[in-house]
Amino acid sequence: MNTKEHATLAEDFNKDEERVNWHDGSLWWIRQKRDKIANQTPQWEELREAASAIKSNVLSNLHDYLLQFESNLQKNGIKVHWAEDAAEHNEIVYSILKEKNITQMVKSKSMLTEQCHLNEYLEERGIDVINSDLGEYIQQLDKEPPSHIVLPCIHKRKEEIGELFHEYLGTEKGLSDPTLLTRAARKHLRNVFLTRRAALTGVNFGVAETGEYIVCTNEGNADMGAHLSEVQIASMGIEKLIPQKKHLGVFLRLLARSATGQPITIYSSHFRKPRPKQEMHLILVDAGRSRQLGLVDFRDSLKCIKCGGCMNTCPVYRKGGGLSYHNTITGPIGAILAPNLDMKEHADLPFASTLCGSCSNVCPVKINIHEQLYKWRQEIVKQGYATNKKSLGIKIMSWTLSSPGTYKTTGKVGRFVLKHLPFVLNNKINPWYKQRDMPQAPKESFDEWYAKNKDKS
Amino acid sequence: MSGREKILATVLHNQPQLTPLPDISIFKVHNQDIVQKYIDTFIGIGGKIFSVESIDAVKILIPENFDITKRIVTTLPELTDVAELYSPTADPHSFQDVELAIINAHFSVAENGAVWLTEPVMGHRILPYICQHLAVIVSATSIVSTMHDAYARIGEDEYGFGAFIGGPSKTADIEQALVMGAHGPITMTVFIIK
Repeated sequence: MNTKEHATLAEDFNKDEERVNWHDGSLWWIRQKRDKIANQTPQWEELREAASAIKSNVLSNLHDYLLQFESNLQKNGIKVHWAEDAAEHNEIVYSILKEKNITQMVKSKSMLTEQCHLNEYLEERGIDVINSDLGEYIQQLDKEPPSHIVLPCIHKRKEEIGELFHEYLGTEKGLSDPTLLTRAARKHLRNVFLTRRAALTGVNFGVAETGEYIVCTNEGNADMGAHLSEVQIASMGIEKLIPQKKHLGVFLRLLARSATGQPITIYSSHFRKPRPKQEMHLILVDAGRSRQLGLVDFRDSLKCIKCGGCMNTCPVYRKGGGLSYHNTITGPIGAILAPNLDMKEHADLPFASTLCGSCSNVCPVKINIHEQLYKWRQEIVKQGYATNKKSLGIKIMSWTLSSPGTYKTTGKVGRFVLKHLPFVLNNKINPWYKQRDMPQAPKESFDEWYAKNKDKS
Repeated sequence: MSGREKILATVLHNQPQLTPLPDISIFKVHNQDIVQKYIDTFIGIGGKIFSVESIDAVKILIPENFDITKRIVTTLPELTDVAELYSPTADPHSFQDVELAIINAHFSVAENGAVWLTEPVMGHRILPYICQHLAVIVSATSIVSTMHDAYARIGEDEYGFGAFIGGPSKTADIEQALVMGAHGPITMTVFIIK
């Protein structure tokens, strides 16, 4: 249960200015890589438009696509399960493993299972789960959630990772070279892949037409787990469907370019049938998605292909850190998905934004993120979840602007105070004064100047 | 009502008015020299390329570029001089000590350097991932321009498992420093046969 709001957590993060600058720089560099390759890709804007249109079609026909997908998965020999919420999803995974007496599982990246807190659920029931994606593995060792959906430990310095590996993998104290640390993890996790009978993956895209699903990685960890497993489980949000196989051409051209500036992820694996002697399961998960589908202003957030591009560009994310969002999905997309899941818990997130719109600019499926952030604010205030400070601030503003007389008088007082009693405003109580100087008071208001000058030509 | 019924009913109730699919036949990229484009792209993402006249040249390049004292496995009968022919019935775990796997690809994609593989050319699904180094034979005439062309080429092939592999495995999870060799192969070499 979260006790701190984004602003407080971000303030904490900001105490280390050097770290903030480094974090900011890292993410902006990734944004620039995205720009470079986007500019080199012919018909880039048309691709975004097509992807957006395909996803709109998916959302408008989701019911039939889900049935088509299920039918084709079954024809291919994949067992299909449906989970209304996180609890049901976790129970299904547990029952699949229990049936085979499996007590250890290897997992590749799945934000959905992170959202469902699957690892904790299984651990409580005696099943050990290892996150095999290097960034997620590091976060798991540190008992921290991922701070970015694509770059889970982007907020960590290599020395900190070295410390973790020294403690848990027995690497040399003080070792911080990324290649050597990666090799140590490679060796350790290779043994995990070779000994786990069960592997769980996420799903980047499910193809309704053919009953196959696609998993994209750079590390090869999803494949190392899957192809050595007896039982392969895929957890998929119901919105991850696309209608036809050929549409993968559009999405696979956009995904990695938008995420990291690569032309494609190293591995784009198309799973269609189990291996001989292997069982394959796919769990279709709702967990708030069907409800989001019904929210006219917010349903387009379901088009998201989880590239993380919005996080890389967002100034608030870059300077405040992903963990300040206290939600599985962080950044701008997280801020428009989370209030639907728990408005009380995540009421602060849509306010963690300058509404600059950079996120909408880079989104490969053209989600109007910045507009949804604004609309969520209105919803949140309407439903009474705005912070007291904000409510009070808006009420005072309302009162000040409510009549010309009040406005004039308040203006006069304000200019007087700024000029003669600055200490009244230049202090901790004034939230505007944090990190900013108060403006210089003009000699007179526009009204006063106009009254004097209106007859001059 | 089961979970499945409830989800489907809510989706049906909440989904918006039907909107049409776009025409994606508009996406075409013309390459002046598609082979060169492929080579430049693949080298750009950290792969190694050899352009050869025939598979015989590959037989000479293998011992020159890889440690032949370690286990080398291939799916190609023509390469049994330099490598062990894989066994179709072997357990996937038995490939854990493979230093180099040599396979061929159906085709490759110029815009991103990726090769397309399905089980018949992989031998085993695990083979192109578990080896320490991967070598793939590609014919120059099979190179296509974009992913759209790729999926047109794949067509309705009903593989059990298919994969694009676009280079050596990599990660930048530690301070954005690019490291080749995460969990998949540390290097990837492509032999283009003209």
